[in-house]
Order: sequence, then structure tokens, then C-alpha cells
Amino acid sequence: MSMNAVRSNRQRRRLIGQLIDIALPLLAVAAALLTGAFLLLLLGVNPLDAYAAMFRGAFGNTSGITQTLTKMTPLLLVALGICIAFRGGMINIGGEGQIIVGALAAAAFSLALPEWPRWLLLPSTLTAGALAGAVWGGIAGVLKARLNVNEILSTVMLNAIALQLMNFLLRGPMLDPEQIAAGTNIPQSAALPQQVWITRLMPRTLLHSGIIYAIILAIIVYLLLWRTTIGYRIRAVGANPAAARYAGIPVRTYMTLSMTLSGLFAGLAGAVEVTGVHHRMIEGLSGGYGFSGIVAALFGKLHPLGAIPASFFFGGMLVGADKMQRSMQVPSALIVALQGLIVLFVVSSDIFVRRRSRRRVSLEQDDANTGDQPLIVPTAGHGGER
Amino acid sequence: MNELFTLGVLIGIAHSGVRLATPYLFAALGEMFGQRSGVLNLGVDGIMLMGAFAGFYTVFNTGNLWLGVAAALGVGALMGLLMAVVSVTMQAEQGISGIGLYLFGMGMSSLLFKMLIGSVESVSGFRAVAIPVLSRIPVIGEVFFDQNILTYLAFLMVPLSWFVLNKTTFGLKIRAVGQNPEAADSLGVSVNRVRYATTILGSAMAGLAGASMSIGLLNVFQENMTNGLGFIAVALVYFGGWRPYGILGGALLFSTVSAFQLWIQVLGLPIASDIAVMLPYVLTIVALAVAVRQIQQPAALTKPYERGE
Amino acid sequence: MKKRLWLIGLTIVLAMALAACAAPAADAPADDNAAADTEAAGSEDATAEPFRVAIVMPSTITDLAWSQSMYDGLVAVQSEMGGEGAMEIAYSENMFNVADAAAAIRDYAADGYDLVMAHGTQYGNSMFEVATDFPETSFAWGTAIDTGADEGYENVFAYEANAQEGGYVNGVIAAMINQSGVIGVVGPVEAGDAKLYIDGFVAGVKATNPDIDVNISYTGNFGDTALAAEAANTHIKAGADVLTGSAQQVVGAVGVAKEAGVPWLGTQSAQTSLAPDLVIANQLYDWTGTINDMISKINAGELGGTAYVLTLADGGLVVEFNDGYATPDDVKAAAEEAVQGIIDGSITVEME
Repeated sequence: MSMNAVRSNRQRRRLIGQLIDIALPLLAVAAALLTGAFLLLLLGVNPLDAYAAMFRGAFGNTSGITQTLTKMTPLLLVALGICIAFRGGMINIGGEGQIIVGALAAAAFSLALPEWPRWLLLPSTLTAGALAGAVWGGIAGVLKARLNVNEILSTVMLNAIALQLMNFLLRGPMLDPEQIAAGTNIPQSAALPQQVWITRLMPRTLLHSGIIYAIILAIIVYLLLWRTTIGYRIRAVGANPAAARYAGIPVRTYMTLSMTLSGLFAGLAGAVEVTGVHHRMIEGLSGGYGFSGIVAALFGKLHPLGAIPASFFFGGMLVGADKMQRSMQVPSALIVALQGLIVLFVVSSDIFVRRRSRRRVSLEQDDANTGDQPLIVPTAGHGGER
Repeated sequence: MNELFTLGVLIGIAHSGVRLATPYLFAALGEMFGQRSGVLNLGVDGIMLMGAFAGFYTVFNTGNLWLGVAAALGVGALMGLLMAVVSVTMQAEQGISGIGLYLFGMGMSSLLFKMLIGSVESVSGFRAVAIPVLSRIPVIGEVFFDQNILTYLAFLMVPLSWFVLNKTTFGLKIRAVGQNPEAADSLGVSVNRVRYATTILGSAMAGLAGASMSIGLLNVFQENMTNGLGFIAVALVYFGGWRPYGILGGALLFSTVSAFQLWIQVLGLPIASDIAVMLPYVLTIVALAVAVRQIQQPAALTKPYERGE
Repeated sequence: MKKRLWLIGLTIVLAMALAACAAPAADAPADDNAAADTEAAGSEDATAEPFRVAIVMPSTITDLAWSQSMYDGLVAVQSEMGGEGAMEIAYSENMFNVADAAAAIRDYAADGYDLVMAHGTQYGNSMFEVATDFPETSFAWGTAIDTGADEGYENVFAYEANAQEGGYVNGVIAAMINQSGVIGVVGPVEAGDAKLYIDGFVAGVKATNPDIDVNISYTGNFGDTALAAEAANTHIKAGADVLTGSAQQVVGAVGVAKEAGVPWLGTQSAQTSLAPDLVIANQLYDWTGTINDMISKINAGELGGTAYVLTLADGGLVVEFNDGYATPDDVKAAAEEAVQGIIDGSITVEME
């Protein structure tokens, strides 16, 4: 009897603790918005109206929610890749370039084989995009694992290279023949064959079934990372490469692998954008998802399942901020600054989650399940924790 | 191809390379201090934009160039303080806090520009000053000693940074904190205080890097004028293996190849412009890949420090 | 815990301190633009139904190039029509992400704007999709001549500028000013409007003096001001004594030209303010005619189908000399001759 009471009491405390963990980032967002309110006041805009417009714009009606979900799709896919890379100890800031090559490959592949039926063409097109992204990410992985070229350096450079590659292809080899015929030379590819367009879920919106694939993939990545040997090894290499090597894990191979998988998801994001939203390769398709995806992944605590709500809310925030720009006519610059503030506040608030989690662990001597774990610094634990 | 390898063109490439290296040097050397103490600051580009604006706005209003430099340093330092609060005290994940800082700086600089200036204007910034005697040396004089003051300053920062890092107590503390914070702490070095200092110093230098563009090289301010240059600067710190002379090599390689590809285009050599533009990025990776290096990054890089209880 | 809260407070104060730098804005005289914008947004309660225009732009209204040319045109039309009561302008700038631009276009259409402008070639696809869903709303696609009439669209306008015409005139001017035998061009990406302008420029130079070398460099980017500046330096080193260039990145190049005392020829928007003594002339895009015509067509119930091309002949393109630069009379005469030649068809601008 008394044992049960203790247990249920403990469970209740634990539940409350988890609720606080969830509430903290929201409080941080509130604090960031409060700071942003001063900026809005300076611009002569009523902050309450502005934030109401932001919230309504993202979640308040069907159009807002569909836009949020559409935006969430590439964010979630990139974030999944980021989860793998960061868990594997690799800082992948090359999402932007990986998206571009993924989209280019997907467009080129489906344009080359317009005769193929849908059941064959769509999966193989997405695969082509994913593989191209994997190669682009894999280059950085190999460079790091074999030649000790830091991945931050190589991914920054590879982003720029991918952009120029796109410029080159879109005004030469991949340029829409119709554009050549019309003499307008707008840098875009021909429209992709219709059977490769991802099904739209709702008329008059851009929402497509890519979001469903992305959520299924999130579950698969979760299983991969926590239910397979490969995943265990990726995390082991990320947590402590020296110990992993001692344990007989081929560290270099797993570094390359985590970077390759990370690129694979970003490439897939590019392929999904091109087949789901734009239906042809155009400039400005990646538009910052490489960076936003990192933010979404870290808001989701580098957990594939956490990335689902994180990319939903972050996507919503981006959509809502754009709506606020439109309805209140505030400069886009303010929106960018506000996003920066939100990122800074949320990432700062994580210290409380970490503290609480540590206290809980020491109190209960319970092995906290991975889902509760605080945002983990990629390469190892914190300095004083040893 | 022959026209490319005339003395005049080669001097031109080198001269451009030296000039273009200016913002990279300031920003990358500053970032190096932070990283050597264990703080990765990915927000360099945003800080540069704030510095570029602060410098430009001050010169635009007062016409005083050195006041502009001071403003850029000050605003950069403020941004560094913000970064330090978030990354050192709040122990935030540094990859993401840097991106937050980048967005904040980019947004704020554009917003301030819109509110305070409103249209693209130009100022008269630092001019090239030929150093007497030295500028007469054939080739070298032309390449190195006919630049603007901020460029000289940027190159002077290289030995200065080396000296600070390797020959002063402060430098010793920086290295200790970045390599083994527990040991440094046990010797009575305040880990967080050192990291605050390096982050603020590095950010002030990033601010100066921005100003070297807005009141030195370009003499205009435009929204997002750095166009990602700050990220290249962070990459150059890795290229240089966290050493000032390595960073100098990386910055010169990158900017000289940039200048080289411009000459390829200007001379009308038959290479597609997009391919030419790729050159500096490709060569930077290749150069690092083929160089045999055993340099490991500072052991505590990206790891916040918390005293064991 | 208390200490941490204090630190959060500090962070807020810091951010506010940074924000406070902006405080003088309210009474700064240079702030007319921003003030006007906020007023524009706030005066929806005007008596007559205003004509409502929304525009989605890839860069900013102050880019001194493509986006600014259209925004200035809209503001000019607005004041002609009698201010904000007669015409409402909404804009979304920096929409470099096309999916965001698509959302903006759709929102403006859903909000009941009379005319929604997609001011970038890359927005075409998204805009046509929205145009299908909102057949009662008018759309306009920038840098294009395709109104989708072939596919049955009746509510889409298209507009572009024959940038090569002013490019040709600028080329003639450059060739006459030139003495060194070398002219430099700072381009962004080898496509679209920039390429038209540059091709026209080269043709103009060659028609005037085939012996002049025109060196062209591209930065591979629309916004890389630092590389554009270095490109200008490189051209000067290579002997160029007249420069031109295109896109928002050129502000860097103009800055360098000013320092080096090398004359500059502008395009898209007036770049004179950057180097008042050295800008010889600007090719200006005057969109007011296009905008007025679209508005009157829409008011008459014609929602699209017209493709507008700014030309020298219809006055949409103007090559305007800067009085601050002492342009010799024979150069002005040659430029005028080129303008007339293009208008009457005796000169056709040969494209690459």
C-alpha cells in the first residue's frame, strides 16, 4: 500500500517534471517575443496585434495550418538528417547545398525518363535526389574521416559549390527548352512529368503527401538510431570517439556514414520540394531550409520524434512571421531579428531542462529514457560532468 | 592562357588577394581566439553586418573614420557579450546559438539601416596609403604596401595574435581553458571569464571586419552585404588549424584564388563563369585535403564548462 | 536558480540596449520612407475603395536595382492617383525562398488584392498555380513575356524590360568616353535581365568602336558586394577606364569606381547618389506606364493577357544623364542618335 503510494507520487512528480520541460521552451519563446515587442513598439506597431496576426497566420485557419505543414515537410526531413549527423558527432551545416543537389538530381532524373509509370518513376526520382544529397554529404564525411578536413569548413564550401553548380545547370544543360525557344532564358528546368508530382492533399493549397512520408521517416530514423546496432554505433562514435574506437567500432566508417545519411535526408528534402511543391527545378528552392532545419532539430533535442513537433512549431513560426510581415507591413528584417531572438532564448532555456534532468537522475537513480534527455552537445558530455 | 601569366596580371591578382583578405583576416583571427578557448561562434556573419552598419552609420553622420572603427568594435563587442551570455553562462549549444546570433545580427542591421538611413548611400572611407620607401620595392611594394590602413592593420593582427596567443599569460590561459578547462580551473583560472573575454574580443574583431568592408573596401552599406562571408571566415579558422599563420595562409589562398578567377573572366578565358566562381571553394577544400596535418581541434571546443559540485 | 533568472533578465536588457540604438529613428529626418509605409498600412479607412496592389520581391525595396525600380514606380503611381486613399501598396521583400513567395502570393490573392505582382522569374510557376485558383484576381509576372494565354489564363499580365536597348545606349556612351581601349562590366549571374543588359552594352560598344575590349566578369551571385567591388578593382587594373554592371551587388563596384575616379554607367535604378561626380548616365526602368495601364485594364474588367515590355520607344526605358558629370556634347548627341535609331528601328540590337 505505502509502496504504491510512493510510486504513484514519484510518477506524478515525474509527469509534472516533464510538463515543465515542455513548458520551458515555450516560456523562452514568450520571453523572446516580449523582447521583440520593444522592437515592434519602436516601429509604431502594436505588438499584441502583430503577435495575434502571427499566431492566427500560422495556426488560426486552414490556410495557415496547411502552409505550416507544407513548410514543416522540408524542415523535418533536414532535421532528421541533422539528428543523425549531430548524434554522430558531425556538425552538418551543408544542408543548403545537399538540398540543392538533391533537387537538381530529382529534376534531372524524372525529366530524363518521362515515359516511366508513376509507381516506378516517383520512388526512383525521390531515391535519385536522396542519393545525390547522400553523395554531397558523404564527400564532407570522407574528407573528415580520411583526410581530417573539418566538416564545418567543407560543408560551408560545398554549399557555395552546389549553388554555382545549380547556376551552371539551370542556364545551360538543364534549361527549359521552352525558355530557349521563347528566347527568354529564365533559369529554370522544364516542368516535371505529371506522374512524378506528389499527390496534393487539399485543393488550393501546396500541402502534399510528402508530410506523411516525412513523419514515417522520423519514426524509422528513431528506430535506426535506438533500435539497431548501426544506430548505436553512430551514437557511440558521436558521444566518445576514443571509447568507440577502443570498443572496436570503425570510427571513420561511422563518421562517413552519419554524414552520408544526413545528406541523404537533406537531398530527399530537395527532391520532395521539387516534386511536391514546385514541379520544376528553380532558383531559390532551398531558401534557408539548411539552417532552419538545424534549428528545428535542436529544438527537438536532436531526437527524431522530437523533431516532429519542433519542425511543426518552428515551421509555424516562420509562416506566422511572414504573415505578420504582410498584415502589419513590418520590414522583413524585423522578422529575421525576431527569429534570431527566439533561437537565442530557446537555446538558452535548455540549461534549466538539463539541470532538472540531472537532478532527477541523481534523485531517482533511474536511467532516464533517451526521450527525456537534454539537448546533448554533440561530441561529449559537459566539461565538469566526468 | 599566356596573358594570365604576365607580371602585371600576377601582381594584380596578388594585390587584389591581399585586399580581399582583409575582412577574412579580422573575422577569422577573432574567431580563432574564441575557438581556442572552447567557444564556437557561428554568428560571425551577423556580427560583421552589425559592425559594418555601425561603422558606416557613424562615418555617414560624422565623417570621422576612426570613430566609425570604434563604433564597429563597440557594437561587435556588445554582440559578443550577448553570445557569451548565451553560450558560456547559459551553456547553450553553440552551433545553434551562433545561428541565432547570425539571424539577430542580420535582421537588426537591416532594420537599423531601414530606420536610420533608408537608401543605399556612399561615404568616403579609408583610402589606399602607399607606405614611403617600402611601396617602391618592385612587385612586393606594389602588392603589399599600397593598401588602405585597415588592410595593414589586418595583416598586423596576424603576428600580434600569434604573440598574444603564445607569449602572454592571457594567451596561456586561453589555450589552457580550451584544452583542459578542469585543469585550468583547478589552477585558479576562471574558465568562464576567459571565455567571455575571447568571445567579446573575437566579436569586436568581427565587427571591425564588417567595417573594413563598409568604410574601407566598398564604402557603402547594403542589407546583408556580407553575403555569407562570415561563414567562410569560420571555415578558415579550421583551415588554419587554429593558428594565426595558418589562418593567414587560408585567407590569402581563398582571396587570391577569388582574385584569380576574376582575372580568368576579365581576360575572357573560355571557362564558364559559374565554374570559375567555384574555384576558391573547391581549391580551399582540396588544399586542406592534400596537406598532411596532424592538428587536432581544441579539446573543449563547443563544450560549455560547469564546475563539478 | 535566482542567479539564472537574473541572467535572463540581463539578456533581455542587452537586446533592448541594442534595440535602443534605434530609438532616434522616430525623429530622424532620413526616415520618411519607413514612416510613410506605416501610415500606408494604417489608413485603410479611406472613403473611396482604394485600388489594392501587392508585390512579392526577391530582394529589398532599397536594393538600388530591380526591386527598387518597381517599388519606386508603384509609389509614383500612388501619388499620381492621390495617395493612399486611392491606392494601397503592400509588399513582401527578401522573398528568396520561393515556397514562401508562393504563400505570400496566395495570401495576397485571398486577401482580395486587385493586383498581385510576382516580381521575379522564379515565382512564375507558383503564381500560375495561384492564378488558377483565383480567376477573379489579377496577377503580374516580372521579367517574363508569358501571360499563360496559351494555357487559357486570362488573369495574368507579364512584364519585362528590354534592358539591352539602354544597354546599347550605355555602350555607345562608354565607347565614346573610353580612351584606354578597355571597358569593364561587373555582372551577377549570367542570365536574365543582367545578361540582356550586358549583351546590349557590348553591342553598343562594338558598334561605336569595334577595337575596344569589353571585359566581362560575373560574381555568380546577386548580392556579393565584396566580390563585385574586387571585380571593379580588377577591371580597373586591367586598364578599364569606364565601368558598368547590374543587380544589387553593384553598389560595391560603384563604391570602388568612386574611390578610383572611374566613370560609371548605371542600370535598373538611379545609382547617381552613390557617386554623384562619376555616374555618367543611368538606364532607368520607369514602370509607371505599365502599372497605370494594368490598373486601367483591371478597372475596365480586363484582368490579364497583356505582356508589357519596357522599351525606349514607349518611354519605359529612359537613359538619363547625370548633371554632376560633365558629359561632352558629342557623347550626348551620339547617345541621343542611338536612342532615336533604336526607336525608329534603324538600329537593331544584335544579341549574342
